[in-house]
Amino acid sequence: MFTIDKKAKNFTMALMAIGLIALIFGFVSNPHGAWPALLFNTYFYIGIAVFGVFFVALQYVAEAGWSIVLKRVPEAIMAALPVFSLIMLFIMVASIMHWNHIYHWLHEGIMTVGHKDYDAIIAGKEAYLNASFFIIRTIIYLLGWNYFAKKLRALSVLEDKEGGTAIHFRGVSTSAWFMVFFAVTSAMASWDWIMSIDTHWFSTIFGWYIFAEWCAIGFTTVLLFTLYLKRKGHLQDVNENHIHDLGKWIFAFSLVWTYIWFSQFMLIWYANIPEEVTYFTARLEVENYKFLFWFSMIINFIAPIILLMSRDAKRNNGRLIFVGCIILLGHWLNSYLLVTPGTLGTHGHIGFTEVGIGLGFGGLLIYLVLNALTKEPLETKNHPFLDESKHLHT
Amino acid sequence: MSKNTLYGIFDCELVLLAAVKEIRANKIEIKEVYSPFPVHGLDKALGLKETRMAITAFIYGCIGLSLAALMIYNIMIIDWPQNIGGKPNFTFYHNMPAFIPIMFECTVLFAAHLMSITYLIRNGLYPGGESDSPDARTTDDKFLMEIEVEGNVADVKAMLTKTGATEINEKDA
Repeated sequence: MFTIDKKAKNFTMALMAIGLIALIFGFVSNPHGAWPALLFNTYFYIGIAVFGVFFVALQYVAEAGWSIVLKRVPEAIMAALPVFSLIMLFIMVASIMHWNHIYHWLHEGIMTVGHKDYDAIIAGKEAYLNASFFIIRTIIYLLGWNYFAKKLRALSVLEDKEGGTAIHFRGVSTSAWFMVFFAVTSAMASWDWIMSIDTHWFSTIFGWYIFAEWCAIGFTTVLLFTLYLKRKGHLQDVNENHIHDLGKWIFAFSLVWTYIWFSQFMLIWYANIPEEVTYFTARLEVENYKFLFWFSMIINFIAPIILLMSRDAKRNNGRLIFVGCIILLGHWLNSYLLVTPGTLGTHGHIGFTEVGIGLGFGGLLIYLVLNALTKEPLETKNHPFLDESKHLHT
Repeated sequence: MSKNTLYGIFDCELVLLAAVKEIRANKIEIKEVYSPFPVHGLDKALGLKETRMAITAFIYGCIGLSLAALMIYNIMIIDWPQNIGGKPNFTFYHNMPAFIPIMFECTVLFAAHLMSITYLIRNGLYPGGESDSPDARTTDDKFLMEIEVEGNVADVKAMLTKTGATEINEKDA
């Protein structure tokens, strides 16, 4: 059984304390800037948490054997989902209650003909972008994801106790339903929570863009927790071949993310239509974001392609940890750039509030995951593909 | 002393894999193994050197990337600059986003094709190339282990039988 040692506990507590101070500091000194900081950090970490569910479901529907020896790790990451769901729900409720001004389209009178703030384009989106439908959708996504997370975890624990393939096949069908649900809701959540900030603008590839980002940071998180547990002397069945496979996933999804980033950018750059380019002018023409915009894209692309391309690199733990940290930082910066230019315009900056909340949520995630890891034995048994996973070689 | 070549025929790849490990553990050198399909882990069991295919792929990709950049630079900037949707067309780097798909595709094209060709040439699979498999059944359902023996043939034969060879053929040098 895994137990949280004192060092890890103090570390996560310290991070959470920084986060709490940053939250209080942010909301006291500048609440207008603190809400977007809260939103993009929640978006970042809820992505990691829901990726845990996606990872488990993916292994089921693909009948994949390689990952079984480390499946407790994504399962534990799912445990962070309820907490971040509540935070996300809180932000969304606060938005429709007008406690914050993240979503421009929630502005009073913006959809009323004759009002001084009337905006015909936004009014045309009223059927989808209205407060009640918006909050109902958010509740549906969060309830659905949490339901599947709970169910998949329960099945995994039950399988260890009872064995047999019947439970496994229930897992397969649950996962298949989750895949269908997640395919639609991950895209819709990205439109609702992120894309609707820049209300006039839309991008049809946006759902994939967000999904690719969640996968890149999600696989990195799975890898980092796996390496941590291995260093602590657990998960002895995980060998360099499993680590290699995780490294391949990180490499692949970093490139997928870049591919989608560039697809979105190039079409808009080339067509040069005013209502489309506003999204990029808000990022490229503003001094605050100009550097970060290119920087985050380049480190998310260059770091994995240069440092993770060769086979040996994906089997080198130190290298993987280094690249993993770069990717997490790069995507965190990218999350910042998704939310801040549309909400704070030229006033956005990365300060103590942004970084502090990011660290605090990181501590919260680590604590929740480590806590979930103590609940069940880390070595699974009775999974039909367990033996295959133990003998993986690539 | 004459040099004999032994061919041990195996029916199953798992038996073959175990046999390769055991025979090599007994300091008998295996010259070659013929198999109708790639057997996972066989290269490691045989102690083969790691493939240098990845290095060639990287070189070919670099060739493709540079050729594409040169080509598009010559076409779109030097030779015949065109005004397409008001995009800057006098400098390469200003027009770069439009060229990236071409450079990407050429990189993939060169890497993939040249790698396949390298693979085929390296394995002697060009038109007119002759098969060097000593037994045609290795293209169907049998696995063949080729061992060159100097000296005690009987020992090696016994070893092959012990590790699960279903048939042993011999060829004098």
